[in-house]
Amino acid sequence: MTDKKNWPLWEVFIRSKNGLSHKHAGSLHAADAEMAIENARDVYTRRSEGVSIWVVESRYITASSPNQAASLFDPADDKVYRHPTFYNLPDEVKHM
Amino acid sequence: MKQAFFEYLLRLGDNALVLGHRLSEWCGHGPILEQDIAMTNIALDQVGQARSLLQYAGQVEGSGRTEDNLAYLRDVGGYRNVLLVEQPNGDFAHTITRQFLFDAFNYFQYEALRHSRDEHLRAISEKSIKEITYHLRYSSEWMIRLGDGTEESHQRMQAALDDLWMYTGELTEVTEVDEIMLDAGIGPGLHSIKGLYDEKVSAILAEATLQQPTGAWMQSGGKTGKMHSEHLGHLLAELQFVQRAYPGMEW
Amino acid sequence: MDPKQKALEAQFQARIDADEKIEPKDWMPDAYRKTLIRQISQHAHSEVVGMLPEGNWVTRAPSLRRKVALLAKIQDEAGHGLYLYGAAETLGIDRETLLEELHAGAAKYSSIFNYPSLSWADMGAIGWLVDGAAIMNQVMLTRTSYGPYARAMVRICKEESFHQRQGYEILLTLCRGTEAQKQMAQDSLNRWWWPALMMFGPSDGASTHTEQSMRWRIKRKTNDELRQQFIDATVPQADYLGLTVPDPALKWNDERDHYDFGEIDWAEFWNVVKGNGPCNRERLQARVKAHEQGAWVREAAMAYAEKRQQRQEERNINPRGLKNLAG
Repeated sequence: MTDKKNWPLWEVFIRSKNGLSHKHAGSLHAADAEMAIENARDVYTRRSEGVSIWVVESRYITASSPNQAASLFDPADDKVYRHPTFYNLPDEVKHM
Repeated sequence: MKQAFFEYLLRLGDNALVLGHRLSEWCGHGPILEQDIAMTNIALDQVGQARSLLQYAGQVEGSGRTEDNLAYLRDVGGYRNVLLVEQPNGDFAHTITRQFLFDAFNYFQYEALRHSRDEHLRAISEKSIKEITYHLRYSSEWMIRLGDGTEESHQRMQAALDDLWMYTGELTEVTEVDEIMLDAGIGPGLHSIKGLYDEKVSAILAEATLQQPTGAWMQSGGKTGKMHSEHLGHLLAELQFVQRAYPGMEW
Repeated sequence: MDPKQKALEAQFQARIDADEKIEPKDWMPDAYRKTLIRQISQHAHSEVVGMLPEGNWVTRAPSLRRKVALLAKIQDEAGHGLYLYGAAETLGIDRETLLEELHAGAAKYSSIFNYPSLSWADMGAIGWLVDGAAIMNQVMLTRTSYGPYARAMVRICKEESFHQRQGYEILLTLCRGTEAQKQMAQDSLNRWWWPALMMFGPSDGASTHTEQSMRWRIKRKTNDELRQQFIDATVPQADYLGLTVPDPALKWNDERDHYDFGEIDWAEFWNVVKGNGPCNRERLQARVKAHEQGAWVREAAMAYAEKRQQRQEERNINPRGLKNLAG
């Protein structure tokens, strides 16, 4: 019952300036999406921290599970050939 | 002319100051943290506008009064704000309704002031209009939300509207000062603003499912300083306490 | 404890010891979660209740410049309360529940806010001393082991930096003013000094939570360490103002390289914690009143949001429906 009356939780993402991607800033409560945007503006951009805001209701975010972290992310650790330093080139070759 | 311009700037400045002060009374007591922050933002905008306007009023007057002299050392009779903004906060419904009824006027007023012949006022308006656009959007949305929310919120909003409606006439009432400002190309024609105001208010009230009061007598006397309500004296007693108790000091 | 649980806890402690951050979905001991919820929510409540003694002066600020600055500061506190409730919510408890605990008197908040703000100088003293003390604690907490709490603290510390300066500037102006103003500043320091020292909590010997919190790296310094750090930083600032710290035992100790100071009145501390401070009842009542009087607003906003969504859905199901009705 009380659950019904409470404003849902929203996650707020802010683009601090054009050219950068939106970054998670925090969360807040709002009754609807417009209000969430306005609240985010009032709460998270009081010091001109942003030029664009995304909000999404927290319950719609699907997160990977920490239990699977090893299987999800460790396999990338030994793919050194994805990094430029894996390839040996003579110093004379410039601009590469 | 100079006197009229001074009076006119006091009106703009006092409206912003008194309403900003009223909103600041909410700080720490809002219905939810998010709205506490939102209302304080509006209060900050308004007190900020008041500072620019009163400072400029002091300059125009030319007798060396600062923004603080004007804010802290005038008594009720010297204040030129409209009656609407000095009305007490009441419940959140009264606060939002007061805000909306004022914002809707203020928005069209400042839209027009952006084209004022006075350069400095134009610059202040250019900055303020962005803030006021947001205020109007905020208060309009809340009018609709609460008007069309629950049975209780609807009743509270209708009661607030019925209480405050009689103060809306003064907003667009044409006084001598307004005429001089219009002739000088400094201030807007209030007749045309009245048209825009009525249209905006009707549209939002309809969406909010609220009944626009009809036939009510319109109070006036705030912006001419002829007759404020009793509330302003109490507001000033609080606002001016330190300056009055310890005259002539730096803070 | 069953061996599996034991292994998990050992693993957890190893991560803490390696200075890894713990994130919301990571496994954590129940007691760690509980400690964090208690601490973060107390911290959030303190921000929100802390708005009241300053809000008490926002309508009486002596100049418009002071008025906007104070208003902005109190607003920041609301924001900080909000960030912290958000951090607590990542631990699986919602803000409403935390507020219920506060309003029922079951949750604590910083006792300093149970003292009254009586003069304009108090806005100076609160900014200088109370925010000054808080920031010692908060800077430490930017490195706390729980990720969302640490991130909220980083944001808060960034924003707080002007608060203490604002307070000090208020006092500086008073101390350079008339005799009456200086007296006002001194009186304020007299009333806020000891409560500010109490903000760091009971001394290490008497603190029930410190040891475990240090092991989990929730806290990284003890109450007494922080208190000493605060005194060492603050006394020279009082000297600069020309004010007298109300502690006859206060004296620089060359050997320790710290100030020695007098005994804190712990009886008073515990008495205020128990609810007998000058403003405990008022503060709580103010919060309860704001929340209760806001109930219809929150409810109406929710009702409207639902109504609107329903209307939207109806339109989507039968896009011509409205047209038919209209025409």
